[in-house]
Amino acid sequence: MKYEAVIGLEIHVELQTRSKIFCGCSTAFGAEPNTNCCPICLGLPGTLPVLNRRAVEYAVKAALALNCQVQEKSVFARKNYFYPDLTKAYQISQERMPLAWGGYLEVDFPTGSRRIHLQRVHLEEEAGKLVHAGDSILSAAYSLADYNRAGLPLLEIVTAPELHSGQEARLFLEELRLLLLYTGVSDVKMEEGSLRCDANISLRPAGSTGLGVRAEVKNLNSFRAVEQALNYEFERQARILAEGGELFQATCHWDDSRKATVVMRRKEEAADYRYFPEPDLPPLVLERSFIEAIREQLPELPRERRRRLQEQYGLSAEEAAMLVEARELADFFEAVAESYRDYRSLANWVQGDLVYRLRESGKSAAELSPAMLVELLELLDAGEISRPVAKELLAEMVKSGVSPKKLVQQRGLGRISDRETLLPLVEQVIAENPDAVENYRKGKEKALAFLVGKVMALTRGRADPQELNRLFREKL
Amino acid sequence: MKLYEMTALELSRLLQEKEVSAVEVARSFIERADAVEPLVQAYITRTPEEALAGAEAVDAKRSRGEVLPPLAGVPLAIKDNICTRGVRTTCASRFLEDYVPPGDASVISKVRAAGMPLLGKTNMDEFAMGSSTENSAFFPTRNPWDLSRVPGGSSGGSAAAVSAGAAPLALGSDTGGSIRQPAAFCGVVGLRPTYGRVSRAGVVALASSMDQVGPIALTVADAALLLELIAGEDKADFTTSSEPVPSYLDVLSQGVQGLRVGLLVEDGPANFDPAVVAAVQKAARKLEEGGAVVEEASLPHVSYALEAYQLICAAEVSSNLGRFDGVRYGRCVAGENVYAMFSRSRGEGFGPEVKRRLLLGTYVLSKKQYDAYYLQALRVRALVCRDYQSAFKRFDLLLGAVTPTAAFKLGEKVDDPLAMYHADICIVHGPLAGVPAISVPYGFDGDGLPLGVQLTAAPYREELLFRAAHFLEQSRGAEPLRPQLSPSGL
Repeated sequence: MKYEAVIGLEIHVELQTRSKIFCGCSTAFGAEPNTNCCPICLGLPGTLPVLNRRAVEYAVKAALALNCQVQEKSVFARKNYFYPDLTKAYQISQERMPLAWGGYLEVDFPTGSRRIHLQRVHLEEEAGKLVHAGDSILSAAYSLADYNRAGLPLLEIVTAPELHSGQEARLFLEELRLLLLYTGVSDVKMEEGSLRCDANISLRPAGSTGLGVRAEVKNLNSFRAVEQALNYEFERQARILAEGGELFQATCHWDDSRKATVVMRRKEEAADYRYFPEPDLPPLVLERSFIEAIREQLPELPRERRRRLQEQYGLSAEEAAMLVEARELADFFEAVAESYRDYRSLANWVQGDLVYRLRESGKSAAELSPAMLVELLELLDAGEISRPVAKELLAEMVKSGVSPKKLVQQRGLGRISDRETLLPLVEQVIAENPDAVENYRKGKEKALAFLVGKVMALTRGRADPQELNRLFREKL
Repeated sequence: MKLYEMTALELSRLLQEKEVSAVEVARSFIERADAVEPLVQAYITRTPEEALAGAEAVDAKRSRGEVLPPLAGVPLAIKDNICTRGVRTTCASRFLEDYVPPGDASVISKVRAAGMPLLGKTNMDEFAMGSSTENSAFFPTRNPWDLSRVPGGSSGGSAAAVSAGAAPLALGSDTGGSIRQPAAFCGVVGLRPTYGRVSRAGVVALASSMDQVGPIALTVADAALLLELIAGEDKADFTTSSEPVPSYLDVLSQGVQGLRVGLLVEDGPANFDPAVVAAVQKAARKLEEGGAVVEEASLPHVSYALEAYQLICAAEVSSNLGRFDGVRYGRCVAGENVYAMFSRSRGEGFGPEVKRRLLLGTYVLSKKQYDAYYLQALRVRALVCRDYQSAFKRFDLLLGAVTPTAAFKLGEKVDDPLAMYHADICIVHGPLAGVPAISVPYGFDGDGLPLGVQLTAAPYREELLFRAAHFLEQSRGAEPLRPQLSPSGL
């Protein structure tokens, strides 16, 4: 039997506020352990949470960008469990009344574009980090706790079970990542843990509509891991079903080094978190006007931008996607395009040499001056520099940030079209290439191109090819 | 008259007129506490050096001619669940026996800034769970009126300290009566403010949705002075209100003319001491004589309040006390793994009443029981709130009993939790609705033990409580009640 995977994702996004969600501690990544802590995030007796307004704004912004219904009233709740990384033995989260319901994200899959619906979006706090001297907290000789992360603001996004492969899950996450980056609510760095994902996967016979027994897969630390783990889980479950075996609801751990999932616990043993409304925070009441003001501030989102780049500049879907994916590059492209109208040529330069040189120098397009690229392309179009020189100048411009005009002056890279300079070179090439001269005289036009190329090489591309043509014809 | 026998208001006047120095005042209370503590045991931790240093600072400022707040130089005792920087804050629990907070609670910052020397931290039921201070992990406090009796609880140490002259003023906390009941048992004034009136920041939580810090004092005026100092919005506590704090002392003597007082019919049924019922009725007559209009009032759903209160309190307790796991502070007992460490630290750190409520609270919040217990309790809470709202459409104040009897004997109820809970029958429904209430001494029972009556007002109408309570106090005779305490050597 053929099976179809039914996948839902639970995503945690760290909002990039300067301070934590319930206290004034810094959210900076990579600080010495336990230096970004205070009595509140350490959960000392008597401390109370003070809600960070910016975290609420970012959460609302993300929810609106995801087309959710942001609630005018939502309620914080305590999720109670004991673990040494959780300083209060409860996480302040939202349960029955989350910040937002519904919503969707439209994603381009190989099979076409589809809306993936969301169930809910809510705010909560991050726990601390444990480092075990051993495999797990139970087997370790000792464990160390770092509470710098405790109390970072998190947005939890839960999708409907509408994804059907590891690849779709990855594409969804890539699109979500881009959307969050564009809205500016998170730096979405998976390697720093600011975007994390757990996945639920179950199988059903292809074409049917029921839901099978699902497994929850955790420890997915990269988009690639999401794809691989879901593919692995699909194969595993399909094999069991094909052999007539029985699946049970379970939580699995993705082992990235072994490329396999490991069952951590059967779901029957699942914890009871004893949620109840957080009495230290009154219900979060958002004025309609507050929500609408944030909606006003929403920037152009990736999907709209792709469409616009295609329409406005005549780019292909792939070109637009490539630019939007690298936001600074798209911004740079558009900044140049404001004063440089040959979009086709610009697109080619940006996708080709510019991307290559940026990668080479490790720089971001945001560090470049759009005016300089305009200058460079205008020099080229005006025939003042040759194409090879333009490429060279671009590399130099990216590396040093010196303007093309200045580079041309400094290095004498301008086009050589004066007769006095070129004539001796033409004569030299004629003398050195008698065969080509002979061929040309026999009527082979190609031989002329060969001779011109020789002079170009001698001038490192700076000679004016038209002037050279004229001079060769004159001499021969 | 000795300084330790004076009210805070009298001391304030003497200090401002430079008749006495703050150091003399502090020393008087320290010496009095030295004398009575062996009998009463109101304090867990005494801080005489700190009190004297605070007093000296006040004297220095006054001698420089600085104008100081009214309570500058008037010492204060603090319930041991309110965090004090550098002074251990134990909550009368083994778990926090050596816990020294890194900072002051917001209310402590206020009283320090006002120049109140801090005499020490008072005994209480462990984590404020109890009604007799017998649940202190360290020792019971005794009622200064009869050393064989409890001072009430959970703020028993604070009430006993004020009653015994070991402090002129004290801070307590009231979640389900823990200020008002010990105040009644010890013959002093205790006020539970409106929920949101006083910051909870730095107060170790019992039930966060009901906890309030409030004053315990010899007189209504003293309580009013202290409330005025500690009340107000606090950015560190999202549940505090921006409602302005009036000058309570100014309205104190306005009398009760024209006030509509509802006499609660629910108070005074079977197993109430007839002396308690008589005290309430006498207070009602007095208020009438003063020009108040007294009619019978009913809060129909308060008969369910005790159970609802216990469930909500236990539920919040089970969450609030989870942080005491031995990882970061407090008692830590090693175990074969981290979960064993949690269990042992908590097992050894907590007393039986705490464990009882943790078990109950964990149970009622569990997925299967949530609707039947916790949610049901919230429904009762909503009904009780509605009862109060409609009562306050008809009345300015509600009058009733604080406790069914005067102070009971040490050991009398400690093994019968339900009987102990039942002693709180008149004082748990107010906190469910967040309304302010005051306990003011009024009369004695057959054994000569003080009784209190309770006045309740609509949210943020504490000034009405002070007016009516002050009126009753004056009608009783202006002198504060003093127990016949005979410390050896005095």
